[in-house]
Amino acid sequence: MIHPRTTDRLATLLFWGIASLFLLLPGWILAEMVVTGWAHLDGQFLFSNPVDSGRQGGIAPILVSTLLILACCMLAVLPVGLGCALFLSEKVETDSRLARRTQQALDVLSGVPSIVYGLFGYVFFAQVLQLGFSILSGGLTLACMVLPLFIRLSEQALRSVPRSYRQAANALNLSEARFVRKVVLPCAANGIASAFIVGSGRALAETAVLIFTAGYVTRYPDTIMDSGRSLSVHIYDLAMNVPGGSAPAASTALVLIGLLIVINGLARRLAMGMPNGRPRLKRLLG
Amino acid sequence: MRTSAQFDLALKGAAWLSIVVLTLIIVFVLYRSGPFLFAEPVHVLWTGAWAPTEGLFNMLPMLVGSLLVTMVAVLMAVPLGLVIAIFGHFYAPPVLRSMYLKLIELMAGIPSVVYGLWGLVVLVPVINAWIPPGASVLAAGIVLALMILPLITLVADDCFQGIPDAWRKAAHALSLTRWGGIRTLYLPASHARLFAGITLQTGRALGETMAVLMVCGNIVQVPKSLFEPARTLTANIALEMAYATGSHTQALFVSGLLLLLMALLLVWLASRIQRSGRGDSL
Repeated sequence: MIHPRTTDRLATLLFWGIASLFLLLPGWILAEMVVTGWAHLDGQFLFSNPVDSGRQGGIAPILVSTLLILACCMLAVLPVGLGCALFLSEKVETDSRLARRTQQALDVLSGVPSIVYGLFGYVFFAQVLQLGFSILSGGLTLACMVLPLFIRLSEQALRSVPRSYRQAANALNLSEARFVRKVVLPCAANGIASAFIVGSGRALAETAVLIFTAGYVTRYPDTIMDSGRSLSVHIYDLAMNVPGGSAPAASTALVLIGLLIVINGLARRLAMGMPNGRPRLKRLLG
Repeated sequence: MRTSAQFDLALKGAAWLSIVVLTLIIVFVLYRSGPFLFAEPVHVLWTGAWAPTEGLFNMLPMLVGSLLVTMVAVLMAVPLGLVIAIFGHFYAPPVLRSMYLKLIELMAGIPSVVYGLWGLVVLVPVINAWIPPGASVLAAGIVLALMILPLITLVADDCFQGIPDAWRKAAHALSLTRWGGIRTLYLPASHARLFAGITLQTGRALGETMAVLMVCGNIVQVPKSLFEPARTLTANIALEMAYATGSHTQALFVSGLLLLLMALLLVWLASRIQRSGRGDSL
């Protein structure tokens, strides 16, 4: 029989080997993007129109459309999601049946594949509400996808406000609206902001939903009723449908990753200010 | 607490609005696939070929494609994710540990199109040089595995975080080796939560669209080996939705319904597994 200490040494060796190999992987993926796309990423890339289906030129209108889609999405998510989270945290007891049921419903909804949200958005926003292939219908569909995540994160933030504050507010005969505005929201502001930013990150990374809700058009959008292409859809289109498009696709990917890293950094900064900030951020990724 | 009618109404309104929107999703998918399910005999879904314009709606190849790709991905990502989490938690020195968490979070944050692009530029040519055509179930499985690897690592890391410190001390007192402790104590103790997490991530792999769409080859066929191209249910929706009309659209909604049901099943399974583990020591 092999001595336990020998197996232990072997296991140590194995774990170090495999893990260090795989921890280099994200570096490899990013390096590959840099190698393929760096040459194409010059000063003009961010500020010029795509030429020749994107093989030449830049991504300026696509950047504008992306930001508009994101704005539509988050402007819809913020009031509805925050209202719902406030309702759950203020009106529903922590371990009551209703709280558990909503928790389960939100779990299920975050498990629904994004393409199903896309199907829904295509029928509901584009056809039934007659918004067509537009930035607005894309943004609203994304909003539905982000909503469960945002509600859950901001509810956690709101619930972390100590109960004693509520009792103090009661003693001062504050109205509930005033209590929420003056005490709860400022206390949970960091958490809510980080939920907002995490939600934006999820929305920015999404592609499948936007293909048949926001459309493909690469012009500058005049209004939010115009069709517009997001960065992620641009990457997909260049890589799949444009021969010789992988260089600009990689540079667009670099821009998108840059945006996401900035957003993640912001979220982490804000989450640090909260008790148990880190584990919470981890949970939502898993 | 003193409250006003307007304030209550605003909160209730927001809560109702979110519930209504989210129920609408399920209702709409059912409503749009309903006519198809009633009008056509059910067996059209698994006979003939996939040629929606000619009234043939065989989804079996796509279902097989989805399941196969997911299986390959999970089989690769689970052991690797576990190894990386064990390394990060039990072996890595503190400096490396914080770096490892940052790297894993970075990996989890890379958008799926970027994984797809990487697969298309790097992986597909490599597999093509080995066994053509390159765009295959294997390529999709590998890309998908890379995508869920960080998520599985985070789930496992979370489980290990929950192990009481007293256990470590007890293991030490019994002079268990590090590997001995992991094998006989820590892994068995967290197995229910691990399985629940893995089940949830399987759902995520099944529902993933873009990365798979970009490297899978997208030919409608039941793949005979891992090196043959296939098309998944999700990719099929993304490819055909933009131009589909009539019963074609309805058929795509049926496949959406199928995906929805599978996702629900996995979420339910995960909660069951988690609950069954609650009686255990952790």
